[in-house]
Amino acid sequence: MIGSDEKGAMGGHSSPDLSSHDSHAHEPHVAVFTGAARSELDTLLSRYPTKMAALLPALWIVQRERGWVSEDSMAEVSELLDLTPAYVKGVVTFYTMYHQHPVGKYFIQVCTTSPCGMCGAEDTVRALLQHTGTGELGVTSPDGRFTVIEVECLGACGFATPIMINEDFIESVTPEKVPQILAGLA
Amino acid sequence: MGFPHPIHERETPVLSRYFGDAEARGLESWKKRGGYKAMEMALGMSPTEIVNIVKESGLRGRGGAGFPTGMKWSFMKLDDGKPHYLCCNADESEPGTFKDREIMRWTPHALIEGCAIGAYAIGAETAYIYIRGEFTEPIYWMEQAVKEAYAAGILGANAMGKGKRIDVHVHRGAGAYICGEETALMNSLEGRRGNPRIKPPFPAVSGLFGMPTTINNVETLAAVPEILNQGAAWYKGLSLSNPKSTGTKLFSVCGNVKKPGNYEVVLGFPFKDFLYDLCGGPLDGRKFKAVIPGGASVPIQTMEEAEGTLMDYEGFIAGGSMLGSGGVIVIDDAQSMVKQIARLARFFAHESCAQCTQCREGTAWTTKILERIRDGQGTMEDLDTLMSLAENMTGTTICVLSDSCATPVVSGIRKFRHEFESLITGKRVHPVMAAVA
Ligand SMILES: Cc1cc2nc3c(=O)[nH]c(=O)nc-3n(C[C@H](O)[C@H](O)[C@H](O)COP(=O)(O)O)c2cc1C
Ligand code: SF4
Ligand code: FES
Repeated sequence: MIGSDEKGAMGGHSSPDLSSHDSHAHEPHVAVFTGAARSELDTLLSRYPTKMAALLPALWIVQRERGWVSEDSMAEVSELLDLTPAYVKGVVTFYTMYHQHPVGKYFIQVCTTSPCGMCGAEDTVRALLQHTGTGELGVTSPDGRFTVIEVECLGACGFATPIMINEDFIESVTPEKVPQILAGLA
Repeated sequence: MGFPHPIHERETPVLSRYFGDAEARGLESWKKRGGYKAMEMALGMSPTEIVNIVKESGLRGRGGAGFPTGMKWSFMKLDDGKPHYLCCNADESEPGTFKDREIMRWTPHALIEGCAIGAYAIGAETAYIYIRGEFTEPIYWMEQAVKEAYAAGILGANAMGKGKRIDVHVHRGAGAYICGEETALMNSLEGRRGNPRIKPPFPAVSGLFGMPTTINNVETLAAVPEILNQGAAWYKGLSLSNPKSTGTKLFSVCGNVKKPGNYEVVLGFPFKDFLYDLCGGPLDGRKFKAVIPGGASVPIQTMEEAEGTLMDYEGFIAGGSMLGSGGVIVIDDAQSMVKQIARLARFFAHESCAQCTQCREGTAWTTKILERIRDGQGTMEDLDTLMSLAENMTGTTICVLSDSCATPVVSGIRKFRHEFESLITGKRVHPVMAAVA
């Protein structure tokens, strides 16, 4: 693994590779930026002196609307912001939070950096893998509901172990609490 | 306050006074608590007057480097005819640090007020608050508060009716520790990959959008309104050790300790009392072994060093480390130092932006070698290799992430060499460690 990645010897910055679950790749692209999303983008554009600066916010809108950022969406964004699709892809791949492939309905991120690691984060990961039925990190469960990944420090180290389920932040998660947390999801 | 704990009698809550008080988030109730008085006063003063007050208060940057804030602001040439920008660094991703998060969650208006005053003082009309993408709740509260401030005319074309334009915008990051480095943050805000830039030019000359820019940490800016309200002399008087370290500081405490959380103390507070009294000491039946007092990037302290330290910029250096971000990571006798250091190295390897060879390769090889030692496959020669790698990684790269990876490794090998050696020679240090190693 070391030295094998173009972006960085240890993987650098990139979204987790979830490519085995890319089933939507060939559907025709329906534009994201119409109606409310379009006016949201216009408001964003007014906040910056360049169009390019609205790129990260625009990608967030895409991910909120579609659950992930497809190549077609990147092309759409690149046109709106006067960028090239390749440029947009270069930016998307730098950041860990943009999904380049569809993920489970509940995307679960668990912090395993040292401070949480010392407080039992590894046990929490094991419990999540077991109870979601994913079994393995980065893999979506057969029912399409869950994907679990390990992430670096979530900035809540005093509340080990913090996890994120989609946009929700949950603190002090222990293996015992996992079944109850998952049961609370629709 | 030691959120989520009640205020300890030895704390001095200035920034954290309203942590846990959900009402303080709203504009009206914030005003009842004295909010926006400082901004109103500031808009009636000249920018230079404000810079001088901040200089005199002794406030230093709370983001890691401890640079004097007033001096940083004075680098901005007023009346150069260019747009100026203020960036508020809310990327908070340094392992062990979670204080800016609480400021934004509980007292969003304090930060907006600090940003507005800071922007005015450096001749900027726009401030961007760059918040790490994972901080969904802080982002939500900051956006709510910004909306309220616009609706009330506090922000906008005629801020507080004083004829000045002040805009504050929240900008969400997307997952990358390196975007906390100031020039990487600016690249990211501009819609680029978050690679740090070569300095010079420094941000005060050419920063965001190529314009003169000042960047400050959340805690630094949030301290400004209270400095104006109570005066520079008051802030300067908050010091238990020496006049170079003034004011209160939020310390985030995590790891193997009874009461993790945030604590606000006057700089110069005795670290030993802090750890045993405020934070409740070690977990039952365990003993503290080491502390990383300023986030993962600073040298590891032995307990002997930590217990003799005064908590200020100079005190932590004298105690063999640095104040850094104020993220205190406490490690107890049940942990393997090698395992923890290896995991930190993996963090830096993952977060390297990979521009510089020494960093990209150095962080990866450091991790690989440390994990080999952790797994009982290391050799004595590996320790020398790690030290020489660390030397090559220090002072040779565009930003200091590379140095930050080397820091825990070098201090770890120097101060806890026996743990590395016993894993290499196959002799366990003690049974508890063997169980977790
Ligand atoms: C790799 C790296 C990560 C950093 N992360 C942060 C951060 O998350 N928050 C922060 O305020 N400063 C961070 N800094 C420090 C900033 O570069 C900068 O010094 C700081 O924001 C200045 O604000 P201050 O003067 O108010 O401390 C980081 C620096 C480096 C090299
Ligand atoms: S030191 Fe590392 S993180 Fe910093 S610019 Fe170089 S490669 Fe990027
Ligand atoms: S180390 Fe887990 S949240 Fe910081």
